[in-house]
This record gives sequence, structure tokens and C-alpha cells, in this order.
Amino acid sequence: MDEILEILEKDARTSPEEIAAMTKRSVGAVKGAIKKYERDGVVIKYKAVINKGLIKDAPRGACALIEVNVAPQKNLGFDYVAERIYMFPEVTNCFLISGTYDLLITVDGKDMQEVANFVAAKLSPMEGVRGTVTHFLLRKYKEDGEIFKPHEKEKRLAISY
Amino acid sequence: MEISKKVEEIAPSGIRAFFDLVLGMKDVISLGVGEPDFVTPWNIRESAIYSIEKGYTSYTSNKGLVELRREISRFLKRRYGLEYDPEEEILVTVGVSEAVDLCMRALLNPGDKILIPEPSYVSYGPVSHLAGAAEMYLHTYRENGFKVAPEEIERSCDKKTRAIILNYPSNPTGTSYTKNELKSLANIFQKQGLVVISDEIYDELTYDFGHTPFPTIPGMKNRTVYLNGFSKAYAMTGWRVGYACGPKDIIAAMTKIHQYTIMCVPIMGQMAAIEALERGSKSVEEMKKEYRRRRDFIVDGLNKIGLDCHTPQGAFYVFPSIKMSKLSSMSFANKLLKKERVAVVPGTAFGPSGEGYVRISYASSMDNLKEALARMERFIRAKS
Repeated sequence: MDEILEILEKDARTSPEEIAAMTKRSVGAVKGAIKKYERDGVVIKYKAVINKGLIKDAPRGACALIEVNVAPQKNLGFDYVAERIYMFPEVTNCFLISGTYDLLITVDGKDMQEVANFVAAKLSPMEGVRGTVTHFLLRKYKEDGEIFKPHEKEKRLAISY
Repeated sequence: MEISKKVEEIAPSGIRAFFDLVLGMKDVISLGVGEPDFVTPWNIRESAIYSIEKGYTSYTSNKGLVELRREISRFLKRRYGLEYDPEEEILVTVGVSEAVDLCMRALLNPGDKILIPEPSYVSYGPVSHLAGAAEMYLHTYRENGFKVAPEEIERSCDKKTRAIILNYPSNPTGTSYTKNELKSLANIFQKQGLVVISDEIYDELTYDFGHTPFPTIPGMKNRTVYLNGFSKAYAMTGWRVGYACGPKDIIAAMTKIHQYTIMCVPIMGQMAAIEALERGSKSVEEMKKEYRRRRDFIVDGLNKIGLDCHTPQGAFYVFPSIKMSKLSSMSFANKLLKKERVAVVPGTAFGPSGEGYVRISYASSMDNLKEALARMERFIRAKS
């Protein structure tokens, strides 16, 4: 993978000037490469990973991991049903996986009731969906490689040989 | 109480007061840390915890667990094609620091001279002095990237010169040597009959060319004590595990001292080290990549703000000149700390030839490096 992408994936705030210094390329070349990645959809968007557990007034919300069993469609495989499912804004992740069921999706709602309503009204009755198993998420420990815990103090001595 | 003359002769470190100042100050961005900013990879920590749970709490063989020595031997063979017999040619030590001390005491007689390229890591001089040897410093210069010049070695040798210490990539300058450069050094060492103590603790952090261990240079293995450890490559500084490899008579002599002074390295650290060698290499690669980017970023940034800085080939230090500030190294570090709360180590901590320079460690987050550069720029602008 291009080093520019590795750097942005780690910290999207790194400026083209900084990336240029880190990779010994010209600022123009870095800017051009980033533009191209954005245009081609390689870089989809830039966002912050937020630990909502630490925000006092954050809306509680509910999230469920849902296993979905799908009847594949002739000539279309799973893609047709997957698209019908992931187009709902409530669906925040959608993966095709191997094993005892086909799609693993995550659904976000303002509370459990809202998620349950989505499953009952939209997901389960959908043509091609043979069955669902809903697991409500109780606590996030780690997401996208980031561990959800308060910032830790520096443990090293501030100065040493 | 009367203190031994040998100890009295070692000058107290002038830098201690500055270190105390840094340690007592809050909200300092420190670029003065001589250890990785990564925590030991989890698989290594977990295996040490597991070993304690399983009751591995005893002494080990003086030389270190035979499993660890075998792993070290296999690792060196795999990584560099270096062959050392785990039974007789490898000793596990309390970090490279202990290994340096053992080397000096095992090799040097009172009156022997040892050559130390300078700026140098702080322990080499005092430890050789304690061993009774006369330490001879070889000055190195910015103009040739702080590399020791072969002619300089030749000029400094006489009948009493017994050994030379090499440290590459170097703490504090980050300088390393290519294979060809090492070969020309080797010719002189051969000619002068020098024993080589090669401290290669930063070997895995070499960025622009492959690292060449000194004993792999033809003819050098039988006159070299090769020192390495786990502190830098595996972010294991606090575990204190290193090792020495060399001809069996030297290792036996070092083991003799080690068995009476240390007995053995703590077993938990040795168990962790085994895991590091067996499964640690992915973390090493990631660390190295990250450090290389930070190096290029900090060298570029320092030069832009007017501090002339060469690009070192390894370790996680840069050694910029601060001569444009017209301040001494100590005074620059002091003022920078007090005015902008950025800590760097004065170059003179590493010997008189470090005057006019400071050591900056980029084993710090990118956010810290960016903020420190901005503060240093403000500091320099205010001065000029």
C-alpha cells in the first residue's frame, strides 16, 4: 500500500506538507496523489474515532450485530439482497462472510426498540432473507484497532540517555 | 566515608542537574527520552505473565536459559548468517550495559588503552576507567556524518592500545556504517591488533541500507565481542535483557565475572525474550517504518527552522547543530526548556565533541514532534 495511505489511515489530520517530509516526496506530488485517491474512491472520507462512553450527555443509542441468512438470487448471488439491506441508513456495517450464515450487519438505533422495529418491519420480511439472529451490543472494548479506554499517562522517564 | 580512588576519579556528570530540572517540571514536551515510545508488544508481555503463572520463578544457568541462547543463536544465523555456539559463545546479560562492563573487565589490564569514538554513549568511558584502562576518545565531526575516520584510528594507536568500542547505529548521533566502510575499519583493526567491542543495540533501526554486524566482516569474528539485546528492537528497555557473543575464551571470562556479580538475568525477562525472538518480527518492521517517517519529518523540520541537521542512518536520534544560536549546548537546552518547555539533551552529555549540538530523540508521537518543532522555531526566532 502507498505510504501516503498508511500515514492517512493512522492519522487523517497529517497535512500534505508533513506527509511530503515523511516520505521525501514533493508537496505537489503528495497533494496530487491524495486528490486521485479521493476521486477514485480509495479514500472514502476522513473522520474521528470517538469514545462515546466518556461523553456525559451522549445519546445512549443501541447497536446490534445481526446474522442474516440469505437465499442467493440467480445470476446475482448475494449482492442483490446485500444492497437492499445496506442501503438502509440504520445499517452501519455489512459484510458477506463464510460459515453458518451469510451476511453480518450492524444496525444502529436510538434505543433497542428502534433496532427491534427495523428488524421486524424491514429486515426479516425482506424477500431473500431466510432468517436473522440479533445480538445487542453491550460494551465496546476495541474498534478499528483502537482500544476504548481513557488516555494513559506517559510511563517513561522524561529524559534519559 | 572514604570512597575508592577509582570511583572518585570519575567526574560527576555535569548533566545530572539538567536532568533533575526536566524531571521536576510539568507539561514538558520531552525529546530527551532514550527509549522507544512503544510499549513491549502484547504477545511478549503475555508470555512473561504466563511464565510467572506457570511458576518460572527460579534462578537460571549463569549464562542464561539454554532455550534463549539457542534462540539467539538461531536468530543471528537466520538474520545475518552469523554462527555462535549457544553453549560456549553466548552470554545473556542484564542489558547491553552489563555486557559492556563485563567486556571491559574481562579484556583490559591496567594501563591498556581503549579507543572510544566520540560523541559516545555515556557509559563507555567511565566503565573502561573502572576496569583500569586509559580511555582515548576519537573525535568525530558533522562534516563526515560523525563517522570515525580510519586515519584517526591509526594515528591514535600505540603499543598499549588494546581495544576499540564501536556503536552503530549510534546513540547519540544515529550514525551507522555501510559494509564497505566497516571493511576499511576492519583492515586497520587487523593491522593494529585491536579487539572490537561492537554495541549494535540499535541494529534493527537502520533505515537507508541493511545493517552489517561487525563479526560478519571477514577476519573480524575472532576479535569481536558482539553486543545486542531486546531493549530497542522490541521496546523492552525495562526488562533489562541483552547478550554478548564472541570467542569462547572471552565469553568464559565474562561469565566468570557475571556469575559472581549478577548470577543470572531474571527468568521472566528471559522468557519474554524467547517470545520476542520466536514471534516478534512483525512488530519490529512496523516500528521501524514509523521511526523512519519521523526521522525524515524531524530532519526536514529542523533544517527548515535553521538548525543544521544531517540525516542519520539509524537509531531514533538526530544530532542537529545549534551553533547558529551562539549558545553553548547546555545553555541552549536550559533556555529552550525554561522558555518553551521542550527538553533535549545537550550534546556535551556525550563528550566535549558534542559541544554545539543537541541530541533529539524522535521516539515520541508525531503530535509531540510537530508541537516541539513549532516551539523550537519560536525560540530560535526570538533569539535572532
